[in-house]
Amino acid sequence: MSTPLEHDYIGLSEASSRERSSEKIPCSSSTPSIEDKTSTDTLLNLKETELRLALPGSLSPDRKLSLLRTALDSNDKSNGFAVYPLKNLVSGAKRGFSDAIDGPNGNGKWVFPMNGISDVDLAKAPVLASPRAVPAMKEVAAVPLSPKSTQDKKNPVPPASKAQVVGWPPIRSFRKNTMASNSAKNSDDVAGCHYVKVSMDGAPYLRKVDLNTYKNYVELSSALEKMLSCFTIGQCSSSGFPLRDGLSRLMDLLHGSEYVLTYEDKDGDWMLVGDVPWEMFTESCKRLRIMNGSEAIGLAPRAMEKCKNQN
Amino acid sequence: MQKKRAYSFPDEVLEHVFSFIQSGKDRNAVSMVCKSWYEIERWCRRKVFIGNCYAVSPKMVIKRFPEVRSIELKGKPHFADFNLVPDGWGGYVLPWIVEMAGAYPWLEEIRLKRMVVTDESLELIAKSFKNFKVLVLFSCEGFSTDGLAAIAAGCKNLRELDLRESEVDDLSGHWLTHFPETCTSLVSLNISCLGSDEVSFSALERLVGRCPNLRSLRLNRAVSLDKIANILCLAPQLVDFGTGNYTTELQPDVLSNLTAAFSSCKELKSLSGFWDVVPAYLPALYPVCSRLTSLNLSYATIHSPEIIKLVSHCPSLQRLLVLDYIEDSGLEALASSCKDLQELRVFPSDPFGVEPNVSLTEKGLVSVSLGCPKLQSVLYFCRQMTNAALVTIAQNCPNFTRFRLCIIEPKTADYLTREPLDVGFGAIVEHCKDLRRLSLSGLLTDRVFEYIGTYAKKLEMLSVAFAGDSDLGLHHVLSGCESLRKLEIRDCPFGDKAILANAAKLETMRSLWMSSCTVSFGACKLLGQKMHRLNVEVIDETEPPCSRPESCPVDKLYVYRSISGPRSDMPPFVWTMDEEGTILH
Repeated sequence: MSTPLEHDYIGLSEASSRERSSEKIPCSSSTPSIEDKTSTDTLLNLKETELRLALPGSLSPDRKLSLLRTALDSNDKSNGFAVYPLKNLVSGAKRGFSDAIDGPNGNGKWVFPMNGISDVDLAKAPVLASPRAVPAMKEVAAVPLSPKSTQDKKNPVPPASKAQVVGWPPIRSFRKNTMASNSAKNSDDVAGCHYVKVSMDGAPYLRKVDLNTYKNYVELSSALEKMLSCFTIGQCSSSGFPLRDGLSRLMDLLHGSEYVLTYEDKDGDWMLVGDVPWEMFTESCKRLRIMNGSEAIGLAPRAMEKCKNQN
Repeated sequence: MQKKRAYSFPDEVLEHVFSFIQSGKDRNAVSMVCKSWYEIERWCRRKVFIGNCYAVSPKMVIKRFPEVRSIELKGKPHFADFNLVPDGWGGYVLPWIVEMAGAYPWLEEIRLKRMVVTDESLELIAKSFKNFKVLVLFSCEGFSTDGLAAIAAGCKNLRELDLRESEVDDLSGHWLTHFPETCTSLVSLNISCLGSDEVSFSALERLVGRCPNLRSLRLNRAVSLDKIANILCLAPQLVDFGTGNYTTELQPDVLSNLTAAFSSCKELKSLSGFWDVVPAYLPALYPVCSRLTSLNLSYATIHSPEIIKLVSHCPSLQRLLVLDYIEDSGLEALASSCKDLQELRVFPSDPFGVEPNVSLTEKGLVSVSLGCPKLQSVLYFCRQMTNAALVTIAQNCPNFTRFRLCIIEPKTADYLTREPLDVGFGAIVEHCKDLRRLSLSGLLTDRVFEYIGTYAKKLEMLSVAFAGDSDLGLHHVLSGCESLRKLEIRDCPFGDKAILANAAKLETMRSLWMSSCTVSFGACKLLGQKMHRLNVEVIDETEPPCSRPESCPVDKLYVYRSISGPRSDMPPFVWTMDEEGTILH
């Protein structure tokens, strides 16, 4: 497979990097000597060298356009671009790298400035927030990557429970869950986690989501959709390209009515998700199950009844 | 000329000598001396430790060590503890149990960490190993109380059942009743991770009552204070005890009964549990405090004055786990009462709050470093730090073996000088020559990695988050840290160059984890292609890495050495780069 030169990364061959006169290095050079002892020298020189490592989205506009044209023209797998992520290349939405072109530090260097959010940090924010923490994506500014917050703690303070970076601070789930149930008893502002298991009929294993990271049913369902896609994602052929089948199955799941979302409440009953107000749902939900539509038929009436009894 | 044998010990003598060598490392060294020692050693090796269950296959282990009695396996990468490894990644123990069921009928001990254990696995264990004695499931998941019932019923000589911090599916509270009345062999039972209703208390009491050798008992939260006195009276020989809920409705005799019960425990050295503490009942512990060497109050929401009162009764304390409610003042008191302290862990009571809720700063840690000369192991969560404090700490405690500092806000600078904390951590690695484990936090540049690469020669495990400026940082670590075995990195601007330049180093390590860094998919492919004894796994839950340009960074990367090739149980969101450059799945 031949990748356009602009997409090459460096560091493959110390030999070629030493004679680096042009910025563009062929992707498939001869045996890279990755254990070269002079690598240190080369690395130390990096700061002096202007490296244009083309981040996706930081291509010059006409280059982008030609890639787009190529991708559209040949639905050919061999160019490495599947139709499915094409929109990401164009809109730059997925990774936000298009921000990198025009950002304050858009000089293309790989070096991260010490004291500011670099563009790549911004781009990283969606990646930091895994599918489980969808809301964090919307609050990029509040994600604690900025040293600004250390300098002026007294100034405009983000909401009391700020958007959480996944897995930070590094506290084990067992402890987080224990603390959550502690604070639920004591105070109003629950800063803990409410992990529930999500099982999907036909899937080989369970997933877990933290209900506290969602504010409403919409957020929850979009996160679950992402999770669904995990089960069907990336069925790559042996040459490493995504199969068309994977894509169409994904579409079916997202838009079709195959699956129904249900939950087990505190009383052990299985209810349809969406019938009760969000807060009531999060309080009583013990686990989630994505059921086949056919199995869920009997649920609706009970959910209504229960609601009536509770209200 | 006749060939003279270098030595002429019969094999049995050598075997006898080897039996005194217990440590895995030493055994490995012994086996490398010569072919005949390799042979003798492998036949008499009884205990195997496998730090990464995917580094080797069960069949290979069995082939080399046919007479194993005890096995320890670790599965998921450490960052799985913080939800960075998606569910379904792997770490299944069943294939191991299946193979061992056939090959090791006399297996006695299984210790697992961060693995997925199913009820089927537990049932197979109960059925297959007639002399099974020890089951430790540390931070495992995937099983229910049904599996526990099978173990209880099937393992007639069970000595140890330790479920520390595992996730157990609560199906029935009565699994404890499956221990037959004839079972009297229990030495250690840790069910502290079980939920509210998963234990039948009467069955527990009967079990405790009939096991005279019970030394360690850790109850779960469902057990309330009034019940503890009974348990302690049944087992006064306990050395390690984990309370349940340290609370109960106010009743007249609870305190006196409890105090009497604790007084009867003359061997008690270690206490834990303490959920929902009612401070009024803490004095019940005073009879045992003078002997206490280990105290885990890390779930106890008691405040500084109460903690100080308790801790000042414990002069022999060597290990303290506590919440940051202890505050600087409490740590100062600790420093003056507990001169034997070796390990301190301070956890955050409100990790997600924006403003500090307690007065715990760098000063507390400095006091402890000053007052406790034997301090070796620290885990400290706080919100501010200075280079000066770190330098002082390093100078006071050159014996640190484990130092983990977590400044809650990423990229927090020295709050006095506004500088990065490079110099502070540099002092730690420079002074603490025996440092084996280090976790960094705060604002850090490539410079800190230069210090680490230069000084941290015994460092085995390094955790890095939100630090560094460029690949140079990672390069310093990979090229300088000679003893490095585990490296885990998140949210750092480290990319291809350092990894590819130090690819050979990765084969000398157990594993490398990098998430939210800037390692490109192309580099991963290349690494997998060139290094045949490394498994290069790319994890991406959102879309296949091959659907993007090769220069795109991968979401998560896990590289580990393995002699059994790529694994065959990968979920859809994990890709491995193999020798031919194809992506397996």
